[in-house]
Amino acid sequence: MHAPASILPLHIDGLSFEAGGALLLDNVSATLRPGLRTVILGPNGAGKSLLLRLCHGLLAPTGGALRWGAFCNGDEERVRRRQAMVFQRPVLLRRSALANITYALALRGVRPRARRVAEARAALERLGLAPLAERPARVLSGGEQQRLALARAWALSPDVLFLDEPTANLDPAASRAVEAAVEAIHAAGTKIVMTTHDLGQARRLADEILFLCGGRLLEQTPAATFFHAPRTPEAAAFLRGELVG
Amino acid sequence: MNDFDTALATAWRLIAAGDAALMDIVVLSLGVSLTAVLIASILGLPLGATIALARFRGRDAVVVAINALMGLPPVVAGLFVYLLLSRSGPLGAYGLLFTPTAMVVAQVVLVTPIIAALTRQIVDDLWREYRDELTSLGAGKLRAVPTLIWDARLSLVTVVLAGLGRAMAEVGAILVVGGNIAGVTRTMTTAIALETSKGDLALALGLGIVLLTLVLVINAVAHFAGVAARRAAG
Ligand SMILES: Nc1ncnc2c1ncn2[C@@H]1O[C@H](COP(=O)(O)OP(=O)(O)OP(=O)(O)O)[C@@H](O)[C@H]1O
Ligand SMILES: [Mg+2]
Repeated sequence: MHAPASILPLHIDGLSFEAGGALLLDNVSATLRPGLRTVILGPNGAGKSLLLRLCHGLLAPTGGALRWGAFCNGDEERVRRRQAMVFQRPVLLRRSALANITYALALRGVRPRARRVAEARAALERLGLAPLAERPARVLSGGEQQRLALARAWALSPDVLFLDEPTANLDPAASRAVEAAVEAIHAAGTKIVMTTHDLGQARRLADEILFLCGGRLLEQTPAATFFHAPRTPEAAAFLRGELVG
Repeated sequence: MNDFDTALATAWRLIAAGDAALMDIVVLSLGVSLTAVLIASILGLPLGATIALARFRGRDAVVVAINALMGLPPVVAGLFVYLLLSRSGPLGAYGLLFTPTAMVVAQVVLVTPIIAALTRQIVDDLWREYRDELTSLGAGKLRAVPTLIWDARLSLVTVVLAGLGRAMAEVGAILVVGGNIAGVTRTMTTAIALETSKGDLALALGLGIVLLTLVLVINAVAHFAGVAARRAAG
């Protein structure tokens, strides 16, 4: 069977997630299309990380469903192989920075070893981590670890990349490097879905905004419109820096 | 007190003289316990890690059983292996009873649950931390087992040492299946038991000191190797 060019678009269909009697995500519906950088905004605890984890297939929804473009249900494993995620707190393996990337490439079936090493070095290079290639990943600084996680995700050339606050721990220069990397990944044809609390970053990167509040999706709006004229009072208050949710 | 002084002197004399019988005993003790721990590690590390990741009915019962087996009395383990290997037992045809092989088997029975149970706990905790990331990268549970064992390696060294300590210290199991035959199945602990019962406390204590020193050296080497590795790998 011929693999489709992309697993996108992703149809999120009435997605709900309930845990411990609390409805953490409430009937979220949206369509994520290729080519657009989607930024998810919302206050702490809105359910942004949860939504990313559900979309990535790490959690099973308690209500609703996901539909990936051409793929029907039951292809979960194959669909996830064409995605990557950079977590809010990335977990790196207790081996060198380089080996963290070659490990991931091996799982995606990249052969032979020499090709994995070459691709991993290129990925480190792109994020300015080449001098740290042989360092144990766990002794890298928080910001370096986050960039390494991004380099690892990038090396997988996924159809979709989910990023959960990728610049939360970074200094301004490293943040700019990550933003440039996200731009480059986008330009290379990967769909970007990210969360951030940095509104300046959202303005710079977003094509469209998903605004989540209290587990409900209040807006899916083109970025220009959202920042200029949000449709909901909650989003307007959020943009003014008021406490919402 | 006096006994203790004599014992120290005896221990020193035994070591300094390079007593051939003592050397045999030391070599056999080390050989049996190290072999048993090696085999128990090969079985117990993947077993513990697999139980940590597996989700099946009755998993809790398996965890409780393995944890309980950590406290298995050595004599009972010995008795169990004795019944297996004795002439009329299912493996009797191999004539293994009262050989070092039988002692290895008994210690494997004793040590495997310790290594499996402690590994299960450590890998359980690590899996909680790694699950999302490994699943995201595309590692199935089967692929995650060796990854988790490797990433827990520094903690697992302590687990293997706990198993080795248990093996080197026990007397019940190897006494039952080995028989404490001089020059064949006599180890440090069985010799200590024998000399004590014969009333030669000095020789018994002397052997005890040799045993303790050996265990101390092994643990010191492992500890400092671990410290160095931790410093290098974070
Ligand atoms: N597996 C879970 N079980 C129970 N509650 C959960 C689970 N995952 C998340 N939650 C809860 O769901 C809510 C949303 O969490 P989530 O991590 O998605 O927030 P967020 O929007 O990413 O917030 P932040 O901006 O602080 O990262 C929180 O109240 C959290 O405590
Ligand atoms: Mg979050």
